Amino acid sequence: MLVTHMLRTALLLGLFAIIGAGMVALTFKYTEQPIADSERKALLRSLHALVPPASHDNDLFSDVLTVQNSEYLGTDKPVRIYRARKQGQPVAAVIETVTPDGYGGNIFLLVAVRYDAMLLGVRVSKHKETPGLGDAIEAERSDWIAGFEGKSLTNPASSGWRVKKDGGEFDQFTGATITPRAVVKAVFRALQFYQVQGDSLFVEDK
Amino acid sequence: MANRYSGISSDGLWHNNIGFVQLLGLCPLLAVSSTVVNALGLGLATMFVLVASNLSVSLIRNLVRQEIRIPAFMLIIASFVTAIDLAMNAWLYDLHKVLGIFIPLIVTNCAILGRAEAFASRTSVDRAVLDGMMMGLGFTLVLLLLGGMREVIGQGTLLANAHLMFGSMAEGWTITLIDDYRGFLLAILPPGAFLGLGLLIAVKNIIDDKLAKPVTIVVGEVVEQH
Repeated sequence: MLVTHMLRTALLLGLFAIIGAGMVALTFKYTEQPIADSERKALLRSLHALVPPASHDNDLFSDVLTVQNSEYLGTDKPVRIYRARKQGQPVAAVIETVTPDGYGGNIFLLVAVRYDAMLLGVRVSKHKETPGLGDAIEAERSDWIAGFEGKSLTNPASSGWRVKKDGGEFDQFTGATITPRAVVKAVFRALQFYQVQGDSLFVEDK
Repeated sequence: MANRYSGISSDGLWHNNIGFVQLLGLCPLLAVSSTVVNALGLGLATMFVLVASNLSVSLIRNLVRQEIRIPAFMLIIASFVTAIDLAMNAWLYDLHKVLGIFIPLIVTNCAILGRAEAFASRTSVDRAVLDGMMMGLGFTLVLLLLGGMREVIGQGTLLANAHLMFGSMAEGWTITLIDDYRGFLLAILPPGAFLGLGLLIAVKNIIDDKLAKPVTIVVGEVVEQH
């Protein structure tokens, strides 16, 4: 009697689990494609803000190199490098890089470097910096991040790749020095990485 | 417990409001209410889950056995939350990114299990659905009020980033109430959420006191004085 009761109850709960899982599976099936599309569109939007669509004729998504370099790119996980080409000639590379030195943990950056090693621009793709202070690194909140455009390893010289408080050329924010300091350092490291790697970043997949 | 429709409505919106009176679901309430648009996004998602879970729980209330009712309710709620998390990720991608972890965390909003257990599992479908709607609406209104307050004080605007929710047609909806406002950080940070909610609850209590019938207390006469 007790066993039958327990068995029935268990079966009933199992039934609910199956219905619930079925519902989730169904939703997943119908949202999988839209989610992938949205992610792609959002990433493409930030990539095109850095590398103008007119300057290249290849598909940034399929021309991707995956690299791993904890010394220069701030993470021991593999990151992606999107490569822009026009008629087969390299135009620019967008490097995904991370800095662990943020005030609120990792700051994820997209660093776009033109083929001649000049910075096309930098965007923050994800961060947890203090709202109202450190979040001025977002392009929507201040134009601070635009200050990287046109810079390179020689402009300014390496001693200038610091925030002003540390004797460099980049502004810090009132009340938030740690965040811009981390970003400046990460961009500098990404440029160094680009220089060290050179043309090997543009090798086409065989 | 109110049984008539009007009673259910006034409970959800005012007398037994999730945010003001039951003080449930405070974690998302405080975390997400930094702007009106964020507040609306989380509020509507919570309302959807409340209605859907109340509806399902009420439908199966005679089927589910006493011993397994809590796991069964949790299964239902978790399924709906996962579904809406996926749906928002698909069709409201940017808003979903802003709300982040707080959408999946609706599952842990005690208010939802609370309504399922305390109300929906003991009543008919129509009343359960209305209760879900009104409780959800009450929660959304508190979120909006707190979100509006924090957004105005914190950054001097209303409806900033409305395009995250309503698409490109909402680009120009942002109302800048105070030009060249330097911002008031406290309102945007978590302490501002606590202070704001505290103030709102105080205001609600004052209104309730005003509405309550005055009570006359008869005191005995002083017979003798030294």
